[in-house]
Amino acid sequence: MSQQGHAHHDPHELPFWKKYVFSTDHKVIGIQYGFTGLFFLFFGFCLVMLMRWQLAYPEQPVPVIGKFFNDSSMPGGVMLPEFYNSLGAMHGTIMVFLGIVPVAFGAFVNFVLPLQVGAPDMAFPRLNMASYWLLVVGGIVMLVSFFVPGGAANSGWTSYAPLAVVATTGQTYWLIGMAFLIQSSLLGAINVIATTFQLRAKGLTFMRLPFFVWSQLVTAFLLVLAFPPLLAAAVLQLMDRIAHTSFFMPSGLLVSGQPLEISGGGSVLLWQHLFWFLAHPEVYVLILPAMGIVAEVIANNIRKPLWGYKAMVYSVVFIGFMSFIVWAHHMYLTGMGTAISAFFQATTMIISIPSVIILTALFISLWGGSIRFNTQMLFALAFLPMFGIGGLTGLPLGLSSPDIYLHDTYYVIGHFHYVVAPGTIFALFAGVYHWFPKATGRKMNEFLGQLHFWPSLVFMNGIFFPMMIQGLAGVQRRLYDGGAQYAHAKDYLDLNVMMSWSAWLLAIAQIPFIINFIGSLFAGKKVDSDNPWEATTLEWQTPTPPGHGNFLTQPIVYRGPYEYSVPGASKDFTSQNEPPAGASQPAGTSQGVH
Amino acid sequence: MNRLQELLNPQAHLKESTNMDMPYIVHPREDTGLFNAKLGIWLFLASEVMLFGALFSSYILMRIGAFQWPQGSDVLNVPLGALNTVILISSSVSMVLSWVSLKEKNLGKFRLCLAVTILLALGFMVVKAFEYSAKFSHHIFPETSTYFAIYFTLTGLHAFHVMGGVVVNTYFLFPGTKMWQTDPERFTNRIEVAGVYWHFVDLVWIFLFPILYLL
Repeated sequence: MSQQGHAHHDPHELPFWKKYVFSTDHKVIGIQYGFTGLFFLFFGFCLVMLMRWQLAYPEQPVPVIGKFFNDSSMPGGVMLPEFYNSLGAMHGTIMVFLGIVPVAFGAFVNFVLPLQVGAPDMAFPRLNMASYWLLVVGGIVMLVSFFVPGGAANSGWTSYAPLAVVATTGQTYWLIGMAFLIQSSLLGAINVIATTFQLRAKGLTFMRLPFFVWSQLVTAFLLVLAFPPLLAAAVLQLMDRIAHTSFFMPSGLLVSGQPLEISGGGSVLLWQHLFWFLAHPEVYVLILPAMGIVAEVIANNIRKPLWGYKAMVYSVVFIGFMSFIVWAHHMYLTGMGTAISAFFQATTMIISIPSVIILTALFISLWGGSIRFNTQMLFALAFLPMFGIGGLTGLPLGLSSPDIYLHDTYYVIGHFHYVVAPGTIFALFAGVYHWFPKATGRKMNEFLGQLHFWPSLVFMNGIFFPMMIQGLAGVQRRLYDGGAQYAHAKDYLDLNVMMSWSAWLLAIAQIPFIINFIGSLFAGKKVDSDNPWEATTLEWQTPTPPGHGNFLTQPIVYRGPYEYSVPGASKDFTSQNEPPAGASQPAGTSQGVH
Repeated sequence: MNRLQELLNPQAHLKESTNMDMPYIVHPREDTGLFNAKLGIWLFLASEVMLFGALFSSYILMRIGAFQWPQGSDVLNVPLGALNTVILISSSVSMVLSWVSLKEKNLGKFRLCLAVTILLALGFMVVKAFEYSAKFSHHIFPETSTYFAIYFTLTGLHAFHVMGGVVVNTYFLFPGTKMWQTDPERFTNRIEVAGVYWHFVDLVWIFLFPILYLL
């Protein structure tokens, strides 16, 4: 039975601001991350919906919303090119660093991982609180940057030098905001690694860890090792902007026909190397947690063990390692030289193998399962082909010769959005539907869930598939008018109308989710057990919602993570902490304690 | 262990007892051989290695791409740099001694050694300030050349790390020492962790001094 209330949730225990605002409890922090991340996902989506108007109906006044903007961004409701650039740069930055990372890593890792490893909390609870509040400060700096003269950063989310060095003040805010976000992720990642290594329950060996824990552990290593070089790059760019150094500024650079008063001698490629040394592992930071969530949801809803668990674990570790030596496949067009390109295209082809292994293992897992098609499973199932499309369309970009054609076209945008939008974001939704009962004690509504899923699936493809067509036709991205001045693009620009309408309809398709999410908090169907999905992993062995300290008794783990439908077992799932038959049962280690 | 829980989470005493305490705060976990904070500091240092590694790599790339690059000893004051190297290495020694004093249960010696560490760190900063102001008075700024850009960036970032160490050690010298009365082992661990960080700051300088001053 649900054990909330009573001793664990006495409202008089702590003042409100300590319990829910400056909390050190990993579950509260996870939920804070979740709300913050979902807010920024929505905000970043709003930015791109504005851009989609400009692309579908170039230089026509934006209806209704347009008049709320001032003359420096949308005079008469018509978007200025500079504002379009700001929207593009900030959409990318906010979605990646303030949307997906806080939800996929911050929220799920904080809420679920300590429970899954049987820990009382994260290893460093106060550090955990610090990393959340650093994220908030970084987010506020990013939001404030929209209101400085010249608007927010407008040099793309990649902030390539020298453009970003000579850009308006917003870029300085971007760099400072990024410094906070980097520190936030870094501290969070240290916490995750320490928690996994130090606080695993007795008997929970590495090969008994749920795949979710493995994927988040590798993600944490990527964050610890890849983010600092971006911090270094940000420091150097900040020096270039504020102290007028020339780290990224070559000699003889002309801006608007005027030579700059700088010492010169810098390297524009240096920025790209430092940036992509972070940003390629960052791609895996965005996708690995999603794979972890999907693996949990699939294992739970096929009622049988994951096929190839070990291969999946080895693959995710291998991905983590390889992701550090593929970064320059983003830079084939910079003239690095064919030898370096050859190296990076070889490593890029190699890193695609473990991703395919994980995806294949998940597909094969479905074989012969008695699948429950609930909302979270639908999202998880949709993740597989959507991520598959995203991954496979990446192969031509990883090979240097086709990339020369495809680079900076809409094909690139289509490719990585398939990975992160119907890929990662679908996985995040799956995770929300899956763990919602553990966090709140109530289930989300199944009908509204389906109403959320099916239109989302259709409209996601409506947005991103035409991008592939445009990109193969050679339509360049980041153009204010979508490419209208190019003859080769003209025949393909009509697709923009359909894509934009898909984007706006996708927004409408999120309304059932918002209603469902908020409504279920108060009026959702109460769960009648602590393990409503009949899952095997440890997070379902806690009270619902888990109180401070999580477990009523220290769990002891006897078996692997996915023991579903074990022959001879009395029910079709066997919890990790259930002692082997015949063994004397230590007091209070199984569900019997409830 | 309840006391530990309280230290870890100051509001814990306001609650009903929890059934699980945070383990391995004081004693190492058997399979990893580490207590939590020690793993934490090593992971943090791994990230620091990547931070300074990126900057050192940038230095190499800028230098091999440069038309001309000054000999460090022609433009910087090598004796002052060498003095700072000696100061920092000495402070590392006194930092270790402060930890050893705690192991010997000698709080007075601990206070002395930690105070010496802090004073040496401040001495380092004073020497650094002299070097900086000498450059500024000759109108040499980060924008002067790529060499000085990387010099000021690297030494500036390093100085931030030194100041961070000073703040942490000062905390342990004054208010932080309280913990010695309640939980000496945990306090000793804290000093060990602060020491690991301090040695890293020292180590960074040992790389910075030759590449900026000598090469």
